[in-house]
Amino acid sequence: MRKIWDLVGGVHPPENKHQSVQQPIGRLPLPEKLVIPLNQHIGAPPKLVVNIGDEVLKGQVLAEPNGMVSVGVHAPTSGVISDISDYPIPHPSGMSARCITLIPDNYDRWIEHAGLDDFRACSPAKLLELIREAGIAGLGGAGFPAAVKLSARKPVSTLIINATECEPYITADDMLIRERAEDIVEGIRILAYILGDPEEVLIGIEDNKPEAYEALQPYLADTNIELVEFPTRYPSGGEKQLIQILTGKEVPSGGMPADIGIVCQNIGTTYAIQRAIRHGEPLISRVTTVTGRACTLNRNYQTLIGTPISHLLKHNGYDHHHCARLIMGGPMMGFTLTDMDVPVIKTTNCILAPSKEELPTPPPAQACIRCGMCAEACPASLLPQQLFWYAQSQNYERLEAHNLFDCIECGACSYVCPSNIPLVQYYRAAKGEIRKQAQEKIKSDRARARFEFQQARKAKEEAEKSAKREARKKAAAEARAKSGDPAATTDSQSDIVQAAMARAAEKQASPEAQKAKLERGVARAENHLQTVEQRLLAAEQDGNEQQVEQARAAVADARLRLDDALAKLQALETEGASTENKVMERLQASPNEALQKKIASLRERIAITEQKIAEADDEALETALQNGLDKQIGKLKEAEKQLAETPAGDAVLTPAGTTDAAAAAIAKAQARAAAMGNLSEEDKLRESIMSLEGRIEKAQAKLDEARASESEHVDALQTGLNKLQQKLLDNREKYFALTGQTIGSEEQPQDAASVAIARAQARAVELANMSEQDKLREAVNSLKGRLEKSRQKLRQAEAEGSEHVEALRTASEKLEAKLAAAEQQLAEYNA
Amino acid sequence: MIQHPLIAALVALVGLAVIFGAVLGFAAIKFRVEGDPIVEQIDKLLPQTQCGQCGYPGCRPYAQAIADGDAINKCPPGGQTTINALAALLDVDAPTLDAEHGQESDIKKVAFIREDECIGCTKCIQACPVDAILGAAKQMHTVIASECTGCDLCVEPCPVDCIDMLPVPQGLADWKWEMPASSAEQVKALRPGNIIATDRGDRAA
Repeated sequence: MRKIWDLVGGVHPPENKHQSVQQPIGRLPLPEKLVIPLNQHIGAPPKLVVNIGDEVLKGQVLAEPNGMVSVGVHAPTSGVISDISDYPIPHPSGMSARCITLIPDNYDRWIEHAGLDDFRACSPAKLLELIREAGIAGLGGAGFPAAVKLSARKPVSTLIINATECEPYITADDMLIRERAEDIVEGIRILAYILGDPEEVLIGIEDNKPEAYEALQPYLADTNIELVEFPTRYPSGGEKQLIQILTGKEVPSGGMPADIGIVCQNIGTTYAIQRAIRHGEPLISRVTTVTGRACTLNRNYQTLIGTPISHLLKHNGYDHHHCARLIMGGPMMGFTLTDMDVPVIKTTNCILAPSKEELPTPPPAQACIRCGMCAEACPASLLPQQLFWYAQSQNYERLEAHNLFDCIECGACSYVCPSNIPLVQYYRAAKGEIRKQAQEKIKSDRARARFEFQQARKAKEEAEKSAKREARKKAAAEARAKSGDPAATTDSQSDIVQAAMARAAEKQASPEAQKAKLERGVARAENHLQTVEQRLLAAEQDGNEQQVEQARAAVADARLRLDDALAKLQALETEGASTENKVMERLQASPNEALQKKIASLRERIAITEQKIAEADDEALETALQNGLDKQIGKLKEAEKQLAETPAGDAVLTPAGTTDAAAAAIAKAQARAAAMGNLSEEDKLRESIMSLEGRIEKAQAKLDEARASESEHVDALQTGLNKLQQKLLDNREKYFALTGQTIGSEEQPQDAASVAIARAQARAVELANMSEQDKLREAVNSLKGRLEKSRQKLRQAEAEGSEHVEALRTASEKLEAKLAAAEQQLAEYNA
Repeated sequence: MIQHPLIAALVALVGLAVIFGAVLGFAAIKFRVEGDPIVEQIDKLLPQTQCGQCGYPGCRPYAQAIADGDAINKCPPGGQTTINALAALLDVDAPTLDAEHGQESDIKKVAFIREDECIGCTKCIQACPVDAILGAAKQMHTVIASECTGCDLCVEPCPVDCIDMLPVPQGLADWKWEMPASSAEQVKALRPGNIIATDRGDRAA
C-alpha cells in the first residue's frame, strides 16, 4: 500500500452526494436550441468558421483554435446556425459574450469521423494534435486546454488522474467512473503514452466513492496504473493538494506541477481524450450533475455543450420558489447564476439548485476576532486573517508578500469563519485589483516610453531646424560679403522705407479730392435719410409695428451717418483753416523764436533717434539710424549757429518785411485755393464739353441713319441734336469766360472743308434758334449775298471770256428767282 | 624617547580623518548617482497619462516638482491610490485630491475620432503626448485605443469637434470581483442578537 500524506488544513462539509447517484447517467431530449459560447476555456477565443444560416453536422467544427493556448468548438448536434451574437454566459460577472446559436434538426447526423484503433501507431505529437482538434479543455473546473497541459517540456515522472471530486453535491466524475471505467483506463493509457510513459501513473480517489473504486479495479490488474484511495477531506481535489497527498511534493509558489515533473488530469478530461482518440469524437457533451432540494429529481446527465440550463432544470422538476439561488459548480467554489438560460459549457460539472433550508443566505459578517480557525483550515498554509486585514486596507504590497496568489479560493476559510466573513470574496477582489494595477503599470510604462520618445523626437526636430536656419543665415552673409556690397542691407532697408512712404502718400489723397469725397458722402447720407423717412411714413400709415420700429431705427442710423459725414467735412475744412493759421503764425513769429523752436524739436528728434539706436538689435538698422542721427545733429548745429548770428531784436526791427512776406504768402495761398476751386469748375466744364461732343457725334450719326431710312423720328432727333449743340455752345462760352481759352473742336481747323462744315454747323445752330420770320430774313439776306457774289463772278467771267459764263448766268438767274420767292414769302409773313 | 600623548592622539586622529576623508571623497566620485533617484521613483508611481492636469507638461515634470516640494495631490487620473502611494514613498500624510485640478474618474476613457467628420487637420496628432493618433494631413485620423492614455488633450484642438472621450468598454477580461462591504460598515449595521456562528449552537462548523 502506498504511503499517503495528509492534506494540510481542509474541512469536511456535509457531502450530499448520495442524492444524485441513485440513477445512471441519463440523456435528455434535444433542446429547442443550443447556445454555444465561443470561449469556454482559459486562453484566446477561437476563430469562427461558420456563418449564420449554415447547416452543420454533429461534430462539425464551428470555431478553430486561434493560437497555442486556445481550443475550438464543435456542433453538439446537426442543425442550422441561426445566430451568432452576444448572449449571457455562465460567468460570475453575468456578462454576455459571443455565442453561436444552433437550432437542432433532430436527426442528430454525425459528421464523418473515425478513431484510431492503435494509438501507439501514432506519434505523441500527432495525438496531441488530435486532442487539440477535438476541442478538449480541462473538464475539472478551470478549463485549461488539455493539449497544452500535456505537451510538457520537462520530462514527466508522475501522471496523476484526478478522480477526487471533493466538493459536496457533485457526482459527475463518480458516475462516469462507475459506468465507463474501461474507457477511462484506456484514456489513462493514451495520456501515459503521450507523456512518454511516466514511472508513476496514479489515480487519486477519495474514500467516499467505493463503487467507483470497485469499478476501476478490474481494469487495472495488468497495468502499472495505481489506484490510490485517501480520506475524504475538502479540498483534496485541488491539483496542488492532490499532488501533495499522493507524492508529498509541494508545487512551488507561483509554479506549475510540470515544474516538479508531475502532470495532473481530470477523470472527465481523460474520458474525453479517449473518445477523441479512439472514436474521433470531439468534445461536444459532458456529464453534468443536476442536484439540490429545489429539484425533485437529482441525477447526472450526458449533456450536450450549449444546452440551456433551464432545459436541464425543466426535466428535473425544478421549483424556483424553493430555490435559494441557482449555482453553477459546487457549494464551495461555484458561483450564483443570474440567468436561467445560460448554457452548459465544457467546465459545467454541476448545476446546484439548493432549497432555502439547504443553503440559507449567509448572515451578515461580523468583525474578525482573530480566532485563527481560517489559518488552520487553509490548505495552502496561508494566513487568511492577515490577508483579510490587508485586503480591507488595500495594502496590496503586503498581500503579495503574504502570497495572496497561492490562494486557491477553495472557500475553506470562509466556511470555518465564526464571524461569517466572506473571506474568499476579499481575496478575489484583491487579486483582481492587483492584476489590474499590474496591467496599468505595463500600460503606463509604455505611455512613459512613448512620451519620452516623442519629447526626444521633438527636441531633435527642433535642433535640426535651428541648424538649418543657422546655415541659411551664414550662407546669406557669405553671399553678401562675396558680392562686395556692404550697403546691400541698407539699400534694401531704404527701399522698404520708400515703399512705405509711397503707400502712405497714396493713401493721403489730395485735399480737394478728399473734400469732394466727403461732399459726396454728405449728399448720399441726405438721400438715404430721405428714403428711410419716406419708408417710415409709409410704415406708419400701414400700421405695421415691426416695420415702423425697423424704419425708425433706420432713420436714426441714417441721421447718425449724416451727422458723421457733416462732422468729417467740417473737420476737413477747419483743418485747412488751421494749416493756414499755422503758416501765418510761423511767418509772424520772429526768426529768433522760430529758430529756437526748430532747435527744440531737433533735440527731441535726436533723443528719440538715440533711443531707437539703443533698442535696435539689427546692425543694418543701427547704421541707418546712426546716419539719420548724424544728419540731425548737423542740422541742430546749423540752427544753433543761425540763432547765434540772428540778433535778438531782429524780429522787432524788421516787422514790415515779415508781414509783407506773410501777406504775400497768404495771397498766394488764397490764389491757390481759388485756383483749386476754379480748377474743379474748369474740370467740370471741360468734362461736360467733352461728353457733349461725344453725345452730339452720336446724335448726328443717328440722325443720318434716320434720314437714310426716312424714319418718322427725324424731327425729334433733329431737335435733340440742336439742343445738345446749344448746350455745348453755352459751356464753351462759359469755359472761355473762365479761362480765356478755347477747347475741344475750337482747335485750328485743318482744311477749308472742315472750316465750311464748322461754319455750316454754327449756322444750323443759329437757324435752329431763330424764329420763322428771322429765318426767312436770314435766308433772304444770304440769298442776296450769294446773288451778289454770283453776279460778281459772272462779271469776272464775262471779262475773261470764260466758258462758264452761261452756267454762271443761269445760276445767278436761279438765285434771283429764289431771292424773289424768299422776299415774297417774307413779305407775306410780315403781313 | 619622550612620550607626547597629546601629540600622538592628535596625529592619530588627524591621520584617521585624512584617510576617511579620502575614502569618502573617492566614494563620492566613484559611486556618484546620476540624477535624482527620488524623481524616478515618483515618476514610476504617476499614471503616465501625460495629461497636464497637474499644471506641469507631463508626468516627469510633475515628479520633479514633487521632489522640489510641490503638493502630491494634483493628479486626478492617478486619484487617491496614487496620492497614497506617493505619501507612503515620501513619508508624508496623504491629503485628498485637490479638486482644483479635476475630479477622479472611475471610468477609464479613451479618445475616439468620428472618422467621417475628421477633416485631417493633424491638430490632434500634434496635441497627443504619446503619439497615439494615426493620420496625415488631409487624411482621416484615428486613435490607437490601446495606446491612448485618455488624457483629453486632443479634444480641445479639434476644429470640428469630432473627438469623443468614450468609456472603455468593460469586457470579461477586465472583469474582477467586487470587494465586499467593509466589515466595519457591516458591524455598524448589526442588529443586536447577531452573534458569531459558533455561538449559535444550531450549526456547528
